[in-house]
Amino acid sequence: MTRPAHERVKDCLEVELDKNMKILIVDDFSTMRRIIKNLLRDLGFTNTVEADDGTTALPILNLGHIDFLVTDWNMPGMTGIELLRHVRADEKLKHLPVLMVTAEAKREQIIEAAQAGVNGYVVKPFTAIALKDKIEKIFERIG
Amino acid sequence: MEHKDCTQADFESTLKKHAHELVESLERGQFGDAVQLIHELNQTRDRGLYREVGKLTRELHSAIVNFHIDPSMPQAEEVSQITDATERLAYVVKLTEAAANRTMDLVENSTPLVNGLGQEAKELSADWGRFMRREIGAEEFRELARRIDSFLTRSETQNNIVSANLTDILLAQDFQDLTGQVIKRVTQLVTDVESNLLKLVLMASQVDRFAGIEHDRDALRAENNSQKNQAKGEGPQIHADTRNDVVSGQDDVDDLLSSLGF
Repeated sequence: MTRPAHERVKDCLEVELDKNMKILIVDDFSTMRRIIKNLLRDLGFTNTVEADDGTTALPILNLGHIDFLVTDWNMPGMTGIELLRHVRADEKLKHLPVLMVTAEAKREQIIEAAQAGVNGYVVKPFTAIALKDKIEKIFERIG
Repeated sequence: MEHKDCTQADFESTLKKHAHELVESLERGQFGDAVQLIHELNQTRDRGLYREVGKLTRELHSAIVNFHIDPSMPQAEEVSQITDATERLAYVVKLTEAAANRTMDLVENSTPLVNGLGQEAKELSADWGRFMRREIGAEEFRELARRIDSFLTRSETQNNIVSANLTDILLAQDFQDLTGQVIKRVTQLVTDVESNLLKLVLMASQVDRFAGIEHDRDALRAENNSQKNQAKGEGPQIHADTRNDVVSGQDDVDDLLSSLGF
């Protein structure tokens, strides 16, 4: 059975992704952090840390060693979009891949996130496949 | 209602009548009459104003009674309905969080069991295939038989655990019934509060008409809009399918981002 080229490429990439990369999950709801953590573990990523908003995420990011950031938008303290802007403005962090997983669904918000330099955008409620797809796409593009 | 309209109409006709007389007396140079007319106008206006303020006060009082927060009421020890609603919603948050965590506990407990059984079945199946092709010796077969025996025992116990976990996951969804009831009651309260507030606003606008107060509505609206801070986020959109400024799902997001060159 022959399969479309892009599907085969995807399979290759899946193997190439560094399963040991350290992922920071930022969401104010512990249940949502737990869901994302479980889905990431199903995808083979077991090295995760958590923060409940931008303010608590920044010190963790500044310690270094974070390879990938997954953040919500709407959080008390510092929101996800503000966190994204901080990351992009920081010389040491600006190349960090950022995936936004959020209930914010206005077109102008998605455009705003894109302009702020987000690497992927997943709207809640989301599926495990959507999350997997976006993560693969992000690392496919970064190379 | 009829009474209110009549008062308003009285005031307006007095205003009109006196205005004409005022102009006439001024033109005739009868300033004493003019001052008397202005005084009468003021009195009519004040009477209406006092009446409306009185009505507003009574309405306000009954609205407060409706909210059940009047401290002089016999059940004053009871929490107000608003406080009660806040507590009810906090209960909803607590219940849904507990259900989510309970479900995830059970899933996290089941996943390794299912994965373990699957992995072992795969290995046994491979070795069984070797046996069927007569590729294993007597000693190896005894070992395989022992493994199959232990696998069957373990799959039965673990299957029971997973099955019980699934039942518990099902039961963990019972929050929907309880939270649904609570949310319906709070929704009813919000509707009641809104209609009471609306009545007060209508009353207050009546006072505004008598007092001749004009509000700068554009400024009020602008102030309201500036309070909506985009960066703060809006949370889930409820009517996503009927709104053009909101995406309807992940496909929509992907289309939008790809149109931006992503």
